[in-house]
Amino acid sequence: MDVSELQTFEHDVLVIGAGGAGLRAAIQCSARGLNTGVISKSLLGKAHTVMAEGGMAAALGNVDSRDNWKVHFRDTMRGGKFLNVWRMAELHAKQAPARVRELEEWGAVFDRTKDGLISQRNFGGHRYPRLAHVGDRTGLELIRSLQDHGIHQGIHFHMECTALGLLKDGDRIAGVVGYWRETGRFVVFKAPAVILATGGAGKAWRVTSNSWEYSGDGLALALHAGAELMDVEFTQFHPTGMVWPPSVRGTLVTEGVRGDGGILKNKDGDRFMFKYIPAKFAAETADTVEEAERWLEGDKKARRPPELLTRDEVARSITAEIKAGRGSPHGGVFLDIASRRPADFIKRKLPSMYHQFKELAEVDITKEPMEVGPTLHYFMGGIRVDAESQMTKVPGLFACGECGAGLHGANRLGGNSLSDLIVFGKLAGDGAAEYIKGMGNSPTTDAGQIESIIRGATDLLNRESGENPYVLMDELQDLMSRCVGIVRTGEELQEGVDELEKLSKKVAKVKAHGASQYNPGWHTAIDLQSLLMVSQAVTRAALMREESRGAHTRNDFPGERDEWLKYNVVIRKAADGTLDVEKVERPPAPANLSEIANAKIEDLESGKVGKDA
Amino acid sequence: MAKRTFRIWRGDVKGGDFEEFQEEVSEGMVVLDMIHRIQAKQATDLAVRWNCKAGKCGSCSVEINGKPRLACMTRMNIFGPDETITVQPLKTFPVIKDLVCDVSWNYKQNRRIRPFKPKPKGEDGQHRMYQDDVDRVQEFRKCIECYLCQTVCHILRDRDKQDEFIGPRFMIRVAGLEMNPLDDDDRVPELKKEYGSGMCNITRCCTEVCPEHIGITDNGIIPMKERVVDRFYDPVVWITSKLTGKPLKRTTKAEDDAAGGKTRDDR
Ligand SMILES: Cc1cc2nc3c(=O)[nH]c(=O)nc-3n(C[C@H](O)[C@H](O)[C@H](O)COP(=O)(O)OP(=O)(O)OC[C@H]3O[C@@H](n4cnc5c(N)ncnc54)[C@H](O)[C@@H]3O)c2cc1C
Ligand code: SF4
Ligand code: SF4
Ligand code: FES
Repeated sequence: MDVSELQTFEHDVLVIGAGGAGLRAAIQCSARGLNTGVISKSLLGKAHTVMAEGGMAAALGNVDSRDNWKVHFRDTMRGGKFLNVWRMAELHAKQAPARVRELEEWGAVFDRTKDGLISQRNFGGHRYPRLAHVGDRTGLELIRSLQDHGIHQGIHFHMECTALGLLKDGDRIAGVVGYWRETGRFVVFKAPAVILATGGAGKAWRVTSNSWEYSGDGLALALHAGAELMDVEFTQFHPTGMVWPPSVRGTLVTEGVRGDGGILKNKDGDRFMFKYIPAKFAAETADTVEEAERWLEGDKKARRPPELLTRDEVARSITAEIKAGRGSPHGGVFLDIASRRPADFIKRKLPSMYHQFKELAEVDITKEPMEVGPTLHYFMGGIRVDAESQMTKVPGLFACGECGAGLHGANRLGGNSLSDLIVFGKLAGDGAAEYIKGMGNSPTTDAGQIESIIRGATDLLNRESGENPYVLMDELQDLMSRCVGIVRTGEELQEGVDELEKLSKKVAKVKAHGASQYNPGWHTAIDLQSLLMVSQAVTRAALMREESRGAHTRNDFPGERDEWLKYNVVIRKAADGTLDVEKVERPPAPANLSEIANAKIEDLESGKVGKDA
Repeated sequence: MAKRTFRIWRGDVKGGDFEEFQEEVSEGMVVLDMIHRIQAKQATDLAVRWNCKAGKCGSCSVEINGKPRLACMTRMNIFGPDETITVQPLKTFPVIKDLVCDVSWNYKQNRRIRPFKPKPKGEDGQHRMYQDDVDRVQEFRKCIECYLCQTVCHILRDRDKQDEFIGPRFMIRVAGLEMNPLDDDDRVPELKKEYGSGMCNITRCCTEVCPEHIGITDNGIIPMKERVVDRFYDPVVWITSKLTGKPLKRTTKAEDDAAGGKTRDDR
């Protein structure tokens, strides 16, 4: 192989990923005068972000003027069970409003309030209506606004180009090797700064709202390059995915349904969430149907219905109902908006849910309840970064969006992801610009590294025989669903670790048939490598955390343990290629922030607490 | 459930042909599920684009039994029990491999359209616009860029004409900008002179295939054509605009630039 013959691009920054985070980061890099490239596995505008439904959280205070960044911050910390990186939760709550308004400057058209401002809707765990939205297609609005603005900013978009490996010059980042899906040819990007914005790894589970793109590539790339992962045991199961028909099992049903008044019932018609209100949220949750109904009618004194508890609570409650034999015919529970809101309201506020159920399940949600159950949805954990600059441990390597860790702690609030993307996307762009400003000489790429990355990919095609990648993908999904589910035990997790070890031997022998041009079998074989590595990281982190917190539930260690609040589980790749999993002590909580997060809501609103923050 | 027969086009730019597959269908399945099943069991390198599997991303556009559709939203139970299901790539764009074609032409069209230009904010630092004023714009913004409308438009099917008309998807992109109450730019001269609005003869084929049920022709293209007519062919509108307030331009930005920043209308 003659590396010098390979197609080569030079950029100041290469952004890997064209979802909300990647696009926002690229726009910032370009605004800072950097020569910016973006690569993405799929076409521009098709990333996961396009699927987001319910909205993006920002304390604009347009619908309820009592809202402000402190309440948003407090909600985020409480939702994350206080494991969030304090500074990130602060930056996010403070900067989200400006980032959302900026989207309007770039052409986004949000739903409006009566006064002509950006409207905001209720969502789980958010004290006030806080989610800027466009019906139930907010992600489409976000990605299209960034895309249509971004293409005029001099950014170089390389579509359907997958990153295979990162290049380093000593400790520093030097570039990326990728391949074009269209031709199967390899390409080198020389870049002193690389921003990972690759999203999560939900494809390791069978029932998931995630697509083929979510194979954890960014996490694996980061590990290989010497960066660390953090909090990956916290995998969010969204409480409401479709359960029927089988082919759409896992497809998301937005929390907006509950935000707009939908309720959960078991097969006996019982509104069961009232039974599952945890002590911690009792003071702020309605405990009678009557009070919950008053809240829906807009009574500001009424507390929020229990259907709007945080996702971890709702998902566990649904699982408990199903286990107790009170589930719906296809193994879920009922989500009913039909009896709560008029048909035209539902069609206007939830058009894509209406469409989705009508077309895919032949259910008219304005007339009948939906059947729903938990679905693997989101990675709270990911690549460990510095809160201010989004830089990883590796100089020149940055991460933002779902592939990054820290903002959400043990559980993410709905709507906090889209705002995460634009807040930390921008900060990552700034971080990269600062890094380049302070950088000495430019790094150089190494032919040996390039060759070995390429050989890793071509081997999968060239070997004589081997396992079918789709079969192995299936085995992995079976294994993760069985051993690393919504409720976990040490025994199952250990089994998971052992089985993954066995599976990794098979994955090492996977064989893709056909040529390299647009070959999904080959792509799957490549994706499997990342997915397996991330699955191992998740399983081992879950085994290490001996408590139940947020989205991580251990049957053998029920309840939160104060001791564990002091630690993050951090993972890195050891010299021999195996994973090092370690408990790392968290820095102490900043006093002013801790006061806000722990304040009684009345004290926060009256200004008794957090006045000068 | 029963086995069904599929004819799937396989090949690349150099040529190709239909290949027949038999595969078991289960309850509730869509065509994309079947393609995946065939891929996993019989043809691991069968190329197809997809992402959301719920009609939200516009990746999986193909022609199924001759009709452009989203494979992920086409239920198997709409076909007769013995019907063979034929799947092929969109005909209007060059094929890359199997069911995947090169849609980059569309991305180039989008770049030709000047982006949103915001009016100044109100005194309170906020933009205000009302739901009634944005309903129409939001209708256009539902577009998932599946390009099914581009595929059926007879003007674009004739690839020689692709330089003359940006196509229905981008006509409504322009409409969404022109009707946006906050936008402060004017793309009407471009509509006529660069985007080829006059080429559309309102056959409404685009509207029929739109999976988002956007009123492409009636709500988007026709009003844009009317703006062009008002601007270029209605002397009353034109003169009044010159006398009062903001003059309506008849020159495009490119023409202005060529004239050294002065509009031809002013000269
Ligand atoms: C159905 C659904 C509904 C949701 N609803 C909401 C909601 O209402 N509110 C909310 O806040 N959040 C929601 N979320 C979560 C949120 O949408 C995602 O977390 C968020 O969009 C992730 O954005 P991102 O920019 O980090 O990554 P993505 O948008 O997923 O983009 C990842 C990008 O990385 C690229 N990529 C990955 N690997 C590689 C590689 N190896 N080489 C090159 N490119 C690569 C991909 O092609 C893609 O362009 C929802 C998620 C789903 C699935
Ligand atoms: S109505 Fe116009 S744009 Fe639509 S298909 Fe017919 S000619 Fe093409
Ligand atoms: S207008 Fe409709 S058919 Fe055309 S690209 Fe958009 S969603 Fe697809
Ligand atoms: S896969 Fe997204 S529209 Fe079909």
